[in-house]
Amino acid sequence: MSTVLAFRGGVHPRHNKNTDVLPSIRLTDFSEVDIPLHQQIGPPCTCVVSPGDYVCVGQVIARSEHPMAVPIHSSVSGTVKEIHHVVSEIGEPIEAVRIESDGKFVDDPSVAPPVIESREDFIAAVRASGLVGLGGAAFPTHIKLNPPADKKPQFLLINAAECEPYITSDYRMMCENPDQIIDGILAVMKWIDIPRAIIGYEDNKPLVSRIFEHELEKRIFKTGECHDIRVHKMKTVYPQGAEKMFIYALTGRKVPPGKLPHDVHVTVLNVSTVRQIGLYLRTGMPLVRRRITLDGSALNIHGNFNVPIGARVRDIIESAGGLREDPTKVIMGGPMMGVALDSMDCGLIKANNAILVFGSKETRVPPESACIRCARCVMACPMLLQPAGIDQAARRKDIEMLTHFRVMDCIECGSCTYSCPAKRFINQSITDGKKLIRAEKERYASEQRLRTASQKASSGKEEQDGKSVPKE
Amino acid sequence: MKLQVSNSPHIRDKVTTASLMRDVAIALLPAAVASGFLFGIRAVMMIIVSVACCVLFEYLSRRIMKRENTILDFSAIVTGILLALNLPPTLPYYMIVLGALFAIVVVKQMFGGLGNNFVNPALAARIFLVIAFPTQMTHWTVREGAFSFFDSFLGKDLVSSATPLAMMRNTVADAASGATSSATIAAESSSLPSLLSLFLGQKGGCIGEVCILALLIGAAYLFVRKVIVPWIPLAYLGSFTILVLFFGHTPLLEAVRYRPLSLEAWQNAMYEPLFMLLTGGLMIGAFFMATDYVTSPVTRSGRIIFGIGCGIMTFLIRYYGNMAEGVSFSIILMNILTPHIDRMTLSKPFGERRAKKHASL
Ligand code: SF4
Ligand code: SF4
Repeated sequence: MSTVLAFRGGVHPRHNKNTDVLPSIRLTDFSEVDIPLHQQIGPPCTCVVSPGDYVCVGQVIARSEHPMAVPIHSSVSGTVKEIHHVVSEIGEPIEAVRIESDGKFVDDPSVAPPVIESREDFIAAVRASGLVGLGGAAFPTHIKLNPPADKKPQFLLINAAECEPYITSDYRMMCENPDQIIDGILAVMKWIDIPRAIIGYEDNKPLVSRIFEHELEKRIFKTGECHDIRVHKMKTVYPQGAEKMFIYALTGRKVPPGKLPHDVHVTVLNVSTVRQIGLYLRTGMPLVRRRITLDGSALNIHGNFNVPIGARVRDIIESAGGLREDPTKVIMGGPMMGVALDSMDCGLIKANNAILVFGSKETRVPPESACIRCARCVMACPMLLQPAGIDQAARRKDIEMLTHFRVMDCIECGSCTYSCPAKRFINQSITDGKKLIRAEKERYASEQRLRTASQKASSGKEEQDGKSVPKE
Repeated sequence: MKLQVSNSPHIRDKVTTASLMRDVAIALLPAAVASGFLFGIRAVMMIIVSVACCVLFEYLSRRIMKRENTILDFSAIVTGILLALNLPPTLPYYMIVLGALFAIVVVKQMFGGLGNNFVNPALAARIFLVIAFPTQMTHWTVREGAFSFFDSFLGKDLVSSATPLAMMRNTVADAASGATSSATIAAESSSLPSLLSLFLGQKGGCIGEVCILALLIGAAYLFVRKVIVPWIPLAYLGSFTILVLFFGHTPLLEAVRYRPLSLEAWQNAMYEPLFMLLTGGLMIGAFFMATDYVTSPVTRSGRIIFGIGCGIMTFLIRYYGNMAEGVSFSIILMNILTPHIDRMTLSKPFGERRAKKHASL
């Protein structure tokens, strides 16, 4: 408990947790929502409603048979107006369902607590609840909960680090719904058969341990059962909440590049993800609303708000108190890893945890100058890469050098760009570099395919199986 | 209403290139002030001339090359101060101008400006001057009257003097050749300055390198402001000291072998390493020039290798070379090796095991 855990590297941006004492407010005043049909890692879903249909809260409006995909539910009750194309927050065209809300929020009759008798039931229920990682990665939770049989997890790690500045939505959730979090943890421990759980939080949120200790004590009094759930304090340093750093800080295990947490026998869930499991098991209401932090100097009111998925950013800001000045930058997510929106018309997706609306004084972009090789980026990189080298390589479009500097292992945490005194846009280079490498790989693979095909055609030999596809 | 779209992160640290360089300039101020006290008003004039020339050349060369103006990043000012601090107190002003020209135009701007030069401009300029004007660059003076900093205002004269390192060399050479009587050696040894006067700067040498106290104050400022991390200076001074202790003129083991409990023996044994640390350009080199960002490695292990390399080179030049001083050459040599050190010491990504070789694309 008393040890302060951390990893090597990282940066210390100002916390700016301005909203951590403000109770969250439930917003219902939305006339329309635009629910995007692609909200997770994996393929998009296909729409199963048509314009004119009446839908209720919690009704499935899109699904897919792909094993990675989770269904998408309506977050309001009302009439489906159209299924149209919108531009997603990362600027890609996606389908979205526009639903006109009748403001009544009628629950769907299918919403009922699930009956669970086995591990399979549990995983199916998690999938049916539409759950994806709510910390920002949007990785489908039911996949995380189902590691290969030989990679049985020994620890369930609950990520409550919330290391991004400004964001307090997870923290508010821990203050307001600790019982649901514990419910969720216990359910996962029970059905996935994980003996121990550890909740990790950063030491700038000192109340967290008290909250959970109190909650656990209450349970011991109520049921007499004692569970192996521990609460660990970690050093406040960004990116403490990044999965690999989080696992390392709590367990000392290092996830090798290209591997997943279950390769070191742990399962990591975000604290709001596990809370959603708890909530679903109790009420049967799938993931249709979430808590987000609204902050930034262009807003009238800062705070945490409980909003329906699909609500448009513009409407959320409007019903949460409106704008004080013209915003210059609107960020979905935190300031270190969030995405800057080019319009405020896109709908909230499941993995969003904040909307930051910055005014002119917060968005001044410092001019870029030459790299002075100060190595601040190298010292800051939690993945122990050499961002300065990646930056140079990407600008030269030098694929070999990019591979040498291992650009693909970058977790895009932004620590390097944050700390650079020359204000280099290193993360821009990283994005470009990754694209270059992916394109190169694709080209290589297709060349190989062509070659195999022509070889086959010329010699009429037996099929050569895909050994020519390059290994990463 | 237009929204700005840019890649994350959307917040930046407030440290900038200019703020870092400004801190280095501030850290050099104690040494500059000390040089004024020790060598009189001329030392201050030298610094002013050097800085002014560096800034002017930086401005003009950027102008001629039609690149954006960079004098506001303070790097030319730092180069100017460093250059002046590394010159002997009697150097004619036109040579300083030539040095500044070489540092800024040839070494820095011809290679593309700050960040692209592969050797430290101030050091390269110093070496250029040593080669071009060997007599003037090795003419040393000290002010008579130890510890009286205010002498310069009382109009006491500067007298010519060898640097302590050169004195030490002569002593050792005489002893080795056996040419002079032991009485002469004893006399020469006793003329070696005390450690305290070395520490405070009462000795012949470049104007900025003599006052160790001022340099340490500046270095402490750099550490406190987190401008530099101590690995390079520690590795440099550490490796150098160890070499002197074991392979110097009076190796530690020999000195204390027969009288391991005698305080005097230890004192005698420690004189040489301390003397070596406090003389010449070692301190200014280790704290202010070996730590130059642009020309030192960026990896953690690379920095230690770089420091140790500097230490070994300095030791070899001071003890076996034909020059009394070796700091500038050692650092320049390691500057040239820096890209290779960086390549060799590229760290493995977090979590990757050492043995596994990465299959390249
Ligand atoms: S290189 Fe990648 S992992 Fe390293 S600090 Fe930069 S963004 Fe983070
Ligand atoms: S932090 Fe910026 S200036 Fe420093 S080495 Fe990295 S890229 Fe270069």
